[in-house]
Amino acid sequence: MENADLSHHILSRFNADLEQLRSNVLQMGGLVEAQLKLALQALLEGDSAAGDEVVRAEYEVNAMQVSIDDECSRILATRAPTASDLRLVVAIIKTVTDLERIGDEAEKVGYIASHHAALERPAEHYRVMRHLGRVVQEIVRDALDAFARLDARTALEVAKHDRLIDEEYDAAQRQCITFMIEDPRTIRHAIDMLWIARALERIGDHAKNICEYVIYMVYGRDVRHVSMGDVEKHIQALSESQGLASPAPATD
Amino acid sequence: MNDQMQRTDTRPGEGPTPARAAGASKLPLERPAATSKRPRAEVQNLSFHYGATQALKNISIPIVDCHVTALIGPSGCGKSTFLRCFNRMHDLQQDTRYEGAIMLHPENINLVGREVDPIEVRMRIGMVFQKPNPFPTSIFENVAYGLRLRGLRKRSLLADEVEQALRGAALWEEVGSRLQQSAMALSGGQMQRLCIARALATKPEILLFDEPTSALDPIATAKIEELISSLREKVTVLIVTHNMQQAARISDFTAFMYLGELIEFDEAAKIFTNPSKKATEDYITGRYG
Repeated sequence: MENADLSHHILSRFNADLEQLRSNVLQMGGLVEAQLKLALQALLEGDSAAGDEVVRAEYEVNAMQVSIDDECSRILATRAPTASDLRLVVAIIKTVTDLERIGDEAEKVGYIASHHAALERPAEHYRVMRHLGRVVQEIVRDALDAFARLDARTALEVAKHDRLIDEEYDAAQRQCITFMIEDPRTIRHAIDMLWIARALERIGDHAKNICEYVIYMVYGRDVRHVSMGDVEKHIQALSESQGLASPAPATD
Repeated sequence: MNDQMQRTDTRPGEGPTPARAAGASKLPLERPAATSKRPRAEVQNLSFHYGATQALKNISIPIVDCHVTALIGPSGCGKSTFLRCFNRMHDLQQDTRYEGAIMLHPENINLVGREVDPIEVRMRIGMVFQKPNPFPTSIFENVAYGLRLRGLRKRSLLADEVEQALRGAALWEEVGSRLQQSAMALSGGQMQRLCIARALATKPEILLFDEPTSALDPIATAKIEELISSLREKVTVLIVTHNMQQAARISDFTAFMYLGELIEFDEAAKIFTNPSKKATEDYITGRYG
């Protein structure tokens, strides 16, 4: 399942079903990505309208989750998919759950941000959020790209980047604590920033999960709760045995 | 916002969240493979020729004891030919030739060996065909036939064995009270179970099924499938089926054949979720080859 070979079924309706399913997931991914972007805009620019928009978009994301899950059940019941088709459907059922959660977390960020839009906005509180936000946006975009292209190697690289986010989250926490100690009047604000940092860190985790589903789809290996080093070795061995180009060397 | 915070009891430990222990609770990537199970028979480099045509090419697989092994593949791939080798059905045709061996354990008899008597082989390897083919006699006589061939004469013993075989084939409840009626009056599904009972009566070690449900409706099919699943407690089953979902449902091991060759043999769960070969993948997902 190296390349997206959803077509070529003898049953053309089945081809169409799977293609439609996949494009719906990508559409949902796009929606969630836009939601995250708006949430960060609300946060960093004090744009309360953007924050409200994130909260509204949540409805649409939820509706897509339900309809995609529905479609998956229908395909399981009527087509009895096997092998890569089965893995695609299973991975999609899981992916939409994580996408919906990313939407939820973005909603939290948007909600808090729109409340803070009218308040005093100490610039140093936002600097670290800006950085964390950028890293998280990148990882979500790369995860969705990996999903769209069924690119397990990119997925592996992205999954490994999750550690970067955890480090950024730690830095954000430490900074918030420093603000609180320096000036107890900022505690309320700093706590909200902690909530936001937490939400962004969770988004990174969900993006990592999506990458793991991509690896499962392509290689048929469940790599959840497995050391990424082992996964890398496994993929390397598989690629060599199939005569494919070896994956790019690890960046971290 | 300076009047809001009365509570200033900051949590102890201002450090970051406890660092996640790297790799401490990770699962292994490789799941434990099914323990290498005892084979009842081993096919070793089996080739088969119909005259000048080679129908099977160098096939080697184990047939695991007391498990169900399914053979799948497109029409003409040689799966029925392969199945028929096990009880020497090809001996009935002229100009056929076996190469390689099917070793039956534990005695290590080569089922396709020239020196081995095909009648003896068929006593030990039963077969059920696509279309139910009961003899045009009573239900009782159908099942007793093989036993009589074996020289069993005593009526009470025969009756016991027939009952046991019919129970084994999940048919006793339905026909126990009318054993002397003609077998031809049964329904298709019942006839097929009668054929299974007939095969079971001689207590075979391996039971071969050649598309046993393709002429049956879904309910009768389900009953046969259920029966095959329960049979594996006592007997090793080898089944040819065109219905891939059926292979997925009832088999423990699955072999995919194409153009007389064995493409892939593995646990059924592996074949149907993550086959190793592209040809297998294309076939079971219904793509053009």
